[in-house]
Amino acid sequence: MNTYFVILVSSLLMNNFVMNKFLGICPFLGVSKRFETATGMGMAVTFVMTLASFVTWLVNEFLLIPFKLQYMQTIAYILVIAVLVQIVEMALKKVSPSLYQALGVYLPLITTNCAVLGVAILNTDSGYNLPESTFNGFCAALGFTMSLLLFAAIREKLALAKMPKWMDGFPGALITAGLMAVAFQGFGGLI
Amino acid sequence: MAKKQNFISVFFNGLIVENPVFGLMLGMCPTLGITTAASNGIGMGLATTAVLVCANLLISLLRNFIPEKVRIPSFIVIIASFVTMIDLFMKAYLPALSSSLGMYIPLIVVNCIIFARAESFAFKNPPLLSIADGLGMGLGFTFAITLLSIIREALGAGTIFGMNVMPASYQPMAIMVQVPGGFVTLGLLLIAVNGIRKLIEKKSARKEAA
Repeated sequence: MNTYFVILVSSLLMNNFVMNKFLGICPFLGVSKRFETATGMGMAVTFVMTLASFVTWLVNEFLLIPFKLQYMQTIAYILVIAVLVQIVEMALKKVSPSLYQALGVYLPLITTNCAVLGVAILNTDSGYNLPESTFNGFCAALGFTMSLLLFAAIREKLALAKMPKWMDGFPGALITAGLMAVAFQGFGGLI
Repeated sequence: MAKKQNFISVFFNGLIVENPVFGLMLGMCPTLGITTAASNGIGMGLATTAVLVCANLLISLLRNFIPEKVRIPSFIVIIASFVTMIDLFMKAYLPALSSSLGMYIPLIVVNCIIFARAESFAFKNPPLLSIADGLGMGLGFTFAITLLSIIREALGAGTIFGMNVMPASYQPMAIMVQVPGGFVTLGLLLIAVNGIRKLIEKKSARKEAA
């Protein structure tokens, strides 16, 4: 039970994917203008990352290691993720059209979200077993969603504030993110 | 596009006009993740350039054979193959750089720049132009992240490429090479680049009026 607790706390606060590891920055900056879209993206990412951690572990254990194909890791993982995203998209369309409507636009974007491939590679590197990998994928995605939502909430308020013209848009967003990262640094050494 | 394109114009378009980092805001993860030392910046930039040129060339050669519907998976396979080659090559010949870049090398696969260029340029243009686009975009990316990493390394560690550049009394600001420094430096750099761009635009507008 202890390992799981450490995974949860560390991926939420100390090793947050966005704030401490610089993974998934593109969607973090790209879809954080509105809280609603950020929620949709966060949910879609959480779904895919958990599934991807599960499947890539199986692929690694039962395909790559027995056939000594570890050097094909990158290709195998990215293909798994691309296929997974496609399947999730088709399944959602069939099973829950309303959820598909909400998440649809974000799903194709997830293939190129480096947090998804990143968590798969990290799981393999840290030698987690199947439940640990899946849990780590889920928690990392939660951490990503948390920082995305926090950032989106700040940006929504910021849009109403009077900003100097040269700070508008990306520069302002980046500096805001920098200040947020300072706050997250305070969590370092928690465990 | 109405304007006639040649090798040079496409190359400079990527390098300056549509610089992937400052103009298009693509490829943010490596831009922020590895720019803690100037050597990392150059290494990452050149590795990405190599992948970009090779992937652009191959995709452009295959553009008449790849069906429209399966183009995304095909791009992924092509890009991932080149990234694996570069990864293995760097592990063999540049082990120090490879270990300091760590998992960001396999993550070149999901660098949006490569994907975006494959989709919006290489799939529609002949091979030679695609090489020019790959080179321009790649070197533009390299330039941007090297600049960023030089600033961060100089302020955060007092060195550039490992050589001391600051006076001995300089206290390195550790925060510059940590996460917040990355965000803030890029933000400030963007403000500067936007400012310079505006100045140039104003100048050329005045020239046209005169």
